[in-house]
Amino acid sequence: MNGILTSYLPLVIFIAIATVIGLVLLIVPFIVAFQQPDPEKLSAYECGFDAFDDARMKFDVRFYLVAILFIIFDLEVSFLFPWAVAFGKLGTAGFWSMMVFLGVLTIGFIYEWKKGALEWD
Amino acid sequence: MTFAGMTFAEIWTGYLWPLIIMVAQSVLLLVILLVAVAYILLADRKIWAAVQIRRGPNVVGPWGLFQSFADLLKFVLKEPIIPAGANKGVFILAPLVSCVLALAAWAVIPTAAGWVIADINVGVLYIFAISSLGVYGIIMAGWASNSKYPFLAALRSAAQMVSYEVSIGFVIITVLLCVGSLNLSAIVEAQNTRFGLLGWYWLPLLPMFVVFFVSALAETNRPPFDLVEAESELVAGFMVEYGSTPYMMFMLGEYVAIATMCAMATILFLGGWLPPVPVAPFTWVPGVIWFTLKALFMFFLFAMAKAIVPRYRYDQLMRLGWKVFLPLSLAMVVIVAAVLQFAGLAPK
Repeated sequence: MNGILTSYLPLVIFIAIATVIGLVLLIVPFIVAFQQPDPEKLSAYECGFDAFDDARMKFDVRFYLVAILFIIFDLEVSFLFPWAVAFGKLGTAGFWSMMVFLGVLTIGFIYEWKKGALEWD
Repeated sequence: MTFAGMTFAEIWTGYLWPLIIMVAQSVLLLVILLVAVAYILLADRKIWAAVQIRRGPNVVGPWGLFQSFADLLKFVLKEPIIPAGANKGVFILAPLVSCVLALAAWAVIPTAAGWVIADINVGVLYIFAISSLGVYGIIMAGWASNSKYPFLAALRSAAQMVSYEVSIGFVIITVLLCVGSLNLSAIVEAQNTRFGLLGWYWLPLLPMFVVFFVSALAETNRPPFDLVEAESELVAGFMVEYGSTPYMMFMLGEYVAIATMCAMATILFLGGWLPPVPVAPFTWVPGVIWFTLKALFMFFLFAMAKAIVPRYRYDQLMRLGWKVFLPLSLAMVVIVAAVLQFAGLAPK
């Protein structure tokens, strides 16, 4: 077998076997366990009441904001990965160009902090 | 007999035998991992009990050693429930996603020199990607349940996990700067100096080690950051509607993720399989024993944090993630890079 296959085929096999174990665990009680469903048992949990309305309701916009901020910073981290690995070979220019990038990002971070995007109370 | 220009013997030695070896290795690691998780779950309960001066589970088997297996049997025999209002496909898929993704991370974790299922060059990136995907299981469970508590818990959990994902990313970057490789085995080997445990990265990168530990608690929804299932307000969080083995698979996924985090802390900061003192009696001990001991030490810290630290409030949690850890870890990336650059220590 050649290089890429010997590195990545075990990964695929491992995930496949993990999926099989998961599926077996998931399916077994549907086969072996005693089942006697009734409407009360199958209703959504709401502290003993019948559900008042649908659960897919409005929610706080701050969760959406956190998701957007996460995308920005996670993308930044993925930019940093190749830079960090090649750090020793990049020299002074590589160091300073990333510092400028991080500087711009820090300005953005200070802006969103001052705007109150990180407040939760 | 030939097939595609090869004899059966060539196919056997070139393809079939390596394939059998790979399958056998994967099954072996998964079995060991699942048994290990059964016992760290018991250890977690025992440590928690000891802190509160209780005995903990002590009925099933000697000192309660078979408790986790009895629990498994009980879960399997429980009636599985799919709520009438739920999106049935997604509802059933969610625990599978949680559990399989948590297990999948272990394919690249080296437990001793060369003892790894897939020694890929982008190991760190793979772990980072898999742990990012972990949040999907929770979102799917919370949305598909069509019930108020799971929905709120899933939103909270998603926000919490992505917030701490960012600081974990920066922590990993600081380690990568010192190593110059994404391969997990190379990260361990880079810590192999004549100073033994003083040469591991926990000492030069101590603030990052602390940030990683606390972020790992938040990332795996462990106390003091278990707001996802804060019992007094959200009952069992996104797992409210689940029972039987689907519920068990969320718990299994959670504990496997904790084990992954302990292993990652061991590899990134505690020198993986390296002995603490690089002299004769210590170097005779197999690497896998050192790895296990270090990972168990990390798990002990996880369990102690659960037992003695009170739960955070949600706004405190988000403030810690975005206003303390993010600036701190960003600054540390700059400091570490600057020190390596100007002291000429950068790996070539």
